Amino acid sequence: MIGLEPVARPDAPLARRNPVAKLAAALLFAVPLLATLDPVAPAIAITIELAVLPLFGVRYRVLFRRVWPLLAAAVGVLVTLVLFAADRSGRVLLDAGPVVVTSTVLLTALGLVLRLFAVALPGVIVFATTDPTDLADALVQNARAPARFAIGALAAFRLLPLLGQEWQMIVMARRARAVEAGRNPVAKLRLFVSTAFTLLVGAIRRGTRLAVAMDARGFDAGVPRTVARRQHFGAADWLLVVAATVVASAALGVSVALGTFRPLVG
Amino acid sequence: MRLRGFGWRHAGRRAWAVRGVDLRVRHGERVLLLGPSGAGKSTLLAALAGLLPEDSGEREGSIEIDGRPPAQTRERVGIVFQDPQSQLVMARSGDDVAFGLENQGVPAGEIWPRVDEALHRVGFPYHRHRPTAALSGGEQQRLALAGVLALRPDLLLLDEPTANLDPAGADLVRAAISRAVDDDTTLILVEHRVADALPLVDRVVVLDAGGGVRVDGPPDAVFTDHGDALAADGVWVPGRQVPARRAGNPPGEVLLTADRLGQPPRLAATDLAVRAGAALAVLGPNGAGKSTLALLLGGLLKPGTGRLVADAGLAGADARTPPHRWRAPALARRIGSVFQNPEHQFVTGTVFDELALGPRRTGASEAAVRRRVDELLQRLRLDRLAGANPYTLSGGEARRLSVATALATAPRLLVCDEPTFGQDRRTWRELVDLFAELRDAGHALVAVTHDAEFVAALADRTLTLARPPDTGVAPPVAPTAPSVTAPSPEPPPPATPAGYR
Repeated sequence: MIGLEPVARPDAPLARRNPVAKLAAALLFAVPLLATLDPVAPAIAITIELAVLPLFGVRYRVLFRRVWPLLAAAVGVLVTLVLFAADRSGRVLLDAGPVVVTSTVLLTALGLVLRLFAVALPGVIVFATTDPTDLADALVQNARAPARFAIGALAAFRLLPLLGQEWQMIVMARRARAVEAGRNPVAKLRLFVSTAFTLLVGAIRRGTRLAVAMDARGFDAGVPRTVARRQHFGAADWLLVVAATVVASAALGVSVALGTFRPLVG
Repeated sequence: MRLRGFGWRHAGRRAWAVRGVDLRVRHGERVLLLGPSGAGKSTLLAALAGLLPEDSGEREGSIEIDGRPPAQTRERVGIVFQDPQSQLVMARSGDDVAFGLENQGVPAGEIWPRVDEALHRVGFPYHRHRPTAALSGGEQQRLALAGVLALRPDLLLLDEPTANLDPAGADLVRAAISRAVDDDTTLILVEHRVADALPLVDRVVVLDAGGGVRVDGPPDAVFTDHGDALAADGVWVPGRQVPARRAGNPPGEVLLTADRLGQPPRLAATDLAVRAGAALAVLGPNGAGKSTLALLLGGLLKPGTGRLVADAGLAGADARTPPHRWRAPALARRIGSVFQNPEHQFVTGTVFDELALGPRRTGASEAAVRRRVDELLQRLRLDRLAGANPYTLSGGEARRLSVATALATAPRLLVCDEPTFGQDRRTWRELVDLFAELRDAGHALVAVTHDAEFVAALADRTLTLARPPDTGVAPPVAPTAPSVTAPSPEPPPPATPAGYR
């Protein structure tokens, strides 16, 4: 399972930035990369992302542990394109009966795989360096998100790890009642659905209890909220946002200058 | 606080949750609210806390706090619920106490001093950065109390705040309550275990199952004049012993042997033998791995260390295979497990089907199934509920049903996790009698429990588990694989064979 809790040294220069600034920077950095299908722009972006990683206080090994599911997705993209790509022009690299691998196919696949990583890494880095409580605080204080949404989501987020435990409990409780699918795939599917339903019922009940407890402590009662933990959005935070935008534009610029730029539309 | 003929019916229900309550409580009074399960105690507290919106049901009579409806006095009323897991909001302890203060718009400069003061008043032993997930149940409950006290309520409502806790944790919570509540605070406490709660209160109000207030007065007078009737109704009247049900016969053959059985980091290596015709109580503080041991003995969890060996008397030809690898129908015929939370075990839509499920799955004929189910329905007073949905049952009914479902396949060994938790005296006695009968008929019983009276009444042997050394991470309620990013747990402690008493 992919962990979501922060794993960075909290005193690293970029990890300390305001969570909203980090989130905005990640979006401004990643979204422009969606505009092109070439491999050059994402390759530059990935290089920059890996280069700034130490500034976020994240070790490469930790990052790798978090993104390895993406590798599976990358292999999927590669296989799909090799088998089903429509454009099979370019030099033939491998001719294995119905499957003809050409340079164009590989180049397109490479572009897509690099894009996947270039767009996903900023998000992974932000969540690896941000405490959920800080993020909720910053969303309310700096991005004017409604507290009902931000704090509510934070409270719900805290209950997520319990779901995994609850699932195991339900499976064991059912085994004790002689309910077990064995090897029959249909029975397995039916049991899965009914276990998921029990889990859902339990989650709703627990969520309702939590909501009542929050109500009882005056949450969202119409009184203007004060904040116990102040989040600052300073010059350094603005700088991070601006720098992310500039660097992403530069990566696209290089791709255009080299003539490899292939716009997504048109 | 004044109630006149107060009643409440939840939307979509035919029966009134609470009805005909006339009650007046003055400032500074401390009231213990009692009543059989289903008398509407929790609903009454929710109404006082202003947590019953007008559109969520139907009201009758009136309810006022200082002359105003509860919806308008919410910031002066604090409530602590039973389950610590679902009332803590934030990830860090101090933030959680600050949560209510933020909601009330307390100026930022005043928040942290008030947080620290509240934590101090409940005797919270850690720094306010301590993650709430790393606290034991008792510590979480004291934190929840601090979160309410920081708001300086005039009326404090406590809904069974110690029901989920081990005796030591419950004592600390009660000490925190008695220390933290000053003379101006009005207290209303719901608690099944009356003897423990009496030092905290100066008045007892008993609700009647049929509606209204049954008895009201100072504790001594109430229990002297009405003790017998209340005890018969299921109230835990202090000083009334329940007859012990000791085993008539010496223990029989060994059914199950645990050899250095453990599940690091939750359960240290444990040796024990489960014998036919004997009741074994597993004791120990929260976090000692009692529930994990119950799952292991129930054949539901693969042992992390050591072995669990079933004897031929229990397993027949399967005795060479460890119980966690038995097929589920075979397991259900041999070992019945009753979980702490009954709702985890419900699979079907009616009480009847719930009881019939096990026998059907293990291949009993339909006539035999019907006979067995009718017998269990009678025995556990569930016959009127045969068509009801298990999820709509009260706490006591759900517990009786979950025990009955485990018994439906007539297993030789019954493993129960906190079977008596939160039960009124009547259900409690029925469970003890039932377990005693099973034991005397040659079944083996293992019960994980905090309930000292249950142990005194039934257990032939006890096994006390110690809490494994603190790893900084609270042992989860249910076993899970340690997550990749969690700090690696310390190696399991040198195995200490848990001692028999």
